[in-house]
Amino acid sequence: MKYGTFSYLPEMTPQQLRRQIDYIVARGWTAAIEHADPAQATHTYWQMWKLPLFGEKSVERILAEAEACRRAHPAHQVRLIGYDSLRQTQGAALVVFHA
Amino acid sequence: MKYHAGVKQYRQTYWQPDYRVKDTDLLACFKITPQPGVEREEAAAAVAAESSTGTWTTVWTDLLTDLEHYKGRAYRIEDVPGDPGRFYAFVAYPIDLFEEGSVVNVLTSLVGNVFGFKAIRALRLEDVRFPIAYVKTCGGPPHGIQVERDKLDKYGRPLLGCTIKPKLGLSAKNYGRAVYECLRGGLDFTKDDENVSSQPFMRWRERFSYVMEAVKKAEAETGERKGHYLNVTAPTPEEMYRRAAFAKSLGAPIVMHDYLTGGFCANTGLANWCRDNGVLLHIHRAMHAVIDRNPHHGIHFRVLLKALRLSGGDHLHTGTVVGKLEGDRLATLGWIDLLREPYVREDRARGIFFDQDWGSMPGALAVASGGIHVWHVPALLAIFGDDAVFQFGGGTLGHPWGNAAGACANRVALEACVQARNEGRALEREGADILAAAARSCPELEVAMQTWKEVKFEFDVVDKLDAAAAA
Repeated sequence: MKYGTFSYLPEMTPQQLRRQIDYIVARGWTAAIEHADPAQATHTYWQMWKLPLFGEKSVERILAEAEACRRAHPAHQVRLIGYDSLRQTQGAALVVFHA
Repeated sequence: MKYHAGVKQYRQTYWQPDYRVKDTDLLACFKITPQPGVEREEAAAAVAAESSTGTWTTVWTDLLTDLEHYKGRAYRIEDVPGDPGRFYAFVAYPIDLFEEGSVVNVLTSLVGNVFGFKAIRALRLEDVRFPIAYVKTCGGPPHGIQVERDKLDKYGRPLLGCTIKPKLGLSAKNYGRAVYECLRGGLDFTKDDENVSSQPFMRWRERFSYVMEAVKKAEAETGERKGHYLNVTAPTPEEMYRRAAFAKSLGAPIVMHDYLTGGFCANTGLANWCRDNGVLLHIHRAMHAVIDRNPHHGIHFRVLLKALRLSGGDHLHTGTVVGKLEGDRLATLGWIDLLREPYVREDRARGIFFDQDWGSMPGALAVASGGIHVWHVPALLAIFGDDAVFQFGGGTLGHPWGNAAGACANRVALEACVQARNEGRALEREGADILAAAARSCPELEVAMQTWKEVKFEFDVVDKLDAAAAA
């Protein structure tokens, strides 16, 4: 099974992941974290991990939230989103932890 | 006012250099090559007249209407850089000359009889400013970029497609096999070649059925949403709608239309149908080069593109810059903005003659297709950004290990370039390194890179921007 953008590449190292988070922050997008049981991963709506991290510009704090989500839901896929409020779309969406 | 029968100079009525353009006027820029001895002002006025209210002689019924309200006016003349034999004429048309929501009617006036007018040796419509008041009367793209991304669950990257080849002669079942292999390998879309409609070797109904079975199987196996542009371009509108309805009944997310050979009437109707039925619309542009390639006569592609955005389509082929088909880089950057952005400013360096306000009309994805392969991915991503579809036909199907391997190679190349771009790397300078690194964990990409290493398409552009040609 594949899970969208970057799912054809090797799993990112923490350092590579930081650079993708940095891209989201640098574009002024809002980071958000979602998770889903792999059996429901094709659904449009995954479970939200808290509200989107409005105003959060720290790459380390965003990564820490994703890791907290993973610890709470170790059997779930964890996805990081960058909401672009001007274009009203997700500028980025990538699965950061696989079940 | 007294009626005087006879012939007046056009410039007496239709050349008005002090005219103040209204926000509601439709503006056009023509490149005119006059016959020897015809003055610029007279030629410009003739174009304004013949594309609006005028004819070659005065008629008494002119006096029964308010020509001051309805006439088009040539209001400005400019030199063409580096080309003393030609000039630009700017014409303003009152909005009341045109039926609301009818690209058909606008084109019938602007590029009608006037293009065969004897006093003009050649004529080219370079650009049109559609006033926001007119834009608001048109339906536009049935869904637009944001809606398509949500429907297909594709974010943060361009989409990937492939035109199925050989373009003619496959049976429906074999054709569906080629679709399935591409999609399971990692593409988002496959595409009917525009030449495929419903020939004796493969009738449309069989093709649609096998293709949709292939799409659903690939979706189930990969967990990703996929589609195939089912070509519903047909001999008659009735037949077009019949095919579109069958595609929808099979769950097809997208259909396809050739908007110039099919015509704007059919295209606008199909766009409305797609909006009503939640089906995306891919637009092909066969015949465009007949109309837009000659730099002195015809219609520039940016005008054909604007007309399509008004008529409706969620994708439009825009050229690749780097592939086998014609397309100047700066000009392409200009028209892909016109396809996708809400507001585009005049920019002569990119061939854009007017500010264009699209209001809230959705944008469409730019489709880059024709002679492209994995080596082009860094440049394509740098040129087009995310809101595009890259279509590798031969560049997928020609992979030595088959379609699925070709698809995988393209997907890995694209994702590696997106990752690198997001990291701040310079795609066009570091492209070879980025691809080589990605190929180390993807043998399909490594083989694709070896296969197409030497293929380039470096010919001079025929339709250069005038500013570039003069430099």
